Amino acid sequence: MPAMEMTNPAVLPADWRDFVALTKPRVMSLVVFTGLCGLLAAPVQLPLVLGFTAILCIALGAGACGALNQWYEVDVDAKMRRTAKRPLPAGRMSRQSALHFGVGLGVFSVLLMGLATNWLAALMLLVSILFYVLIYTVWLKPRTAQNIVIGGAAGAFPPLIGWVAATGHVATLPILLFAIIFLWTPPHFWALSLFVRSDYAAAGIPMLPVVAGFESTRRQIFLYTLPMAASAVAPWLLGLTGPVYGVSAAVFSFVFLVLAGRVAANRATQPKDMEAEKHLFAYSVFYLFALFAVLVADRWLGW
Amino acid sequence: MVKVEDEIIRKRQRERARVMALLLGAFVILLFFITIAKTGMNW
Repeated sequence: MPAMEMTNPAVLPADWRDFVALTKPRVMSLVVFTGLCGLLAAPVQLPLVLGFTAILCIALGAGACGALNQWYEVDVDAKMRRTAKRPLPAGRMSRQSALHFGVGLGVFSVLLMGLATNWLAALMLLVSILFYVLIYTVWLKPRTAQNIVIGGAAGAFPPLIGWVAATGHVATLPILLFAIIFLWTPPHFWALSLFVRSDYAAAGIPMLPVVAGFESTRRQIFLYTLPMAASAVAPWLLGLTGPVYGVSAAVFSFVFLVLAGRVAANRATQPKDMEAEKHLFAYSVFYLFALFAVLVADRWLGW
Repeated sequence: MVKVEDEIIRKRQRERARVMALLLGAFVILLFFITIAKTGMNW
């Protein structure tokens, strides 16, 4: 047997840690948190084990999305510094293993969700997985600069699924939670794509800064922040939450607007000069965590 | 070289089998408690 073939990592069985890496655990944490908040904000309290199972299914569904995304984008990931060390482009796992793992995880999560909670929640989980994989990854991402805008819907499903798992039906509040994440996604991702623009350009992904330039992207970030802020305070204005959530949402959104304004005013073209963009990206993650945490506190404590 | 390769393969297979066993065990326990919750028993 030639030495080259023996030392090729692809012929070895993949390490189990690489299967975990395939699920994008860091992305999953935000999905799990927003799903949990949707579940906890619902007026019906599920038995602990069923609530745990619902969140587990949302996490496994998100893991399936991550695995199938990496299976489909292996060539693109290999071209980007940020993603080149992932299990598939680094040659530590075969594409077939990733595909089987992703499909298996997705099917398992949907069936378990249906059996443990209700089939409407399972259907929503299935739709969100198919939306992420087929509409976002396969169709929109390589074709249009609006990929993040429409694709953001996939990431907005978890609080809606959490709510439906608890109650069995859709209501106004979870739709607003869906809207908040949907409108939060473009400023969040475009802030990131501004300072990793060269990576996206090298991989041929038509992200907005690559296609429309820095100035247009910065303007779009600020413009999308306005409806995002409006949707964040809407639950309070509609009387669905108390003043603690309302005031917190207004303050958090105001800070978001200020940071987005700094991004809009920035003229830098080199990543090292993009402190405003990096601050906005970091704050956007905190913003979503804080907003949903305050929502749950408001609903539970009845402030 | 082949021996080293074999050892790595065996080690990974052992580790994966162990993780799979743990996950299956956890799944069985989870199914048990889901069944209890769904049938309305309250311990």
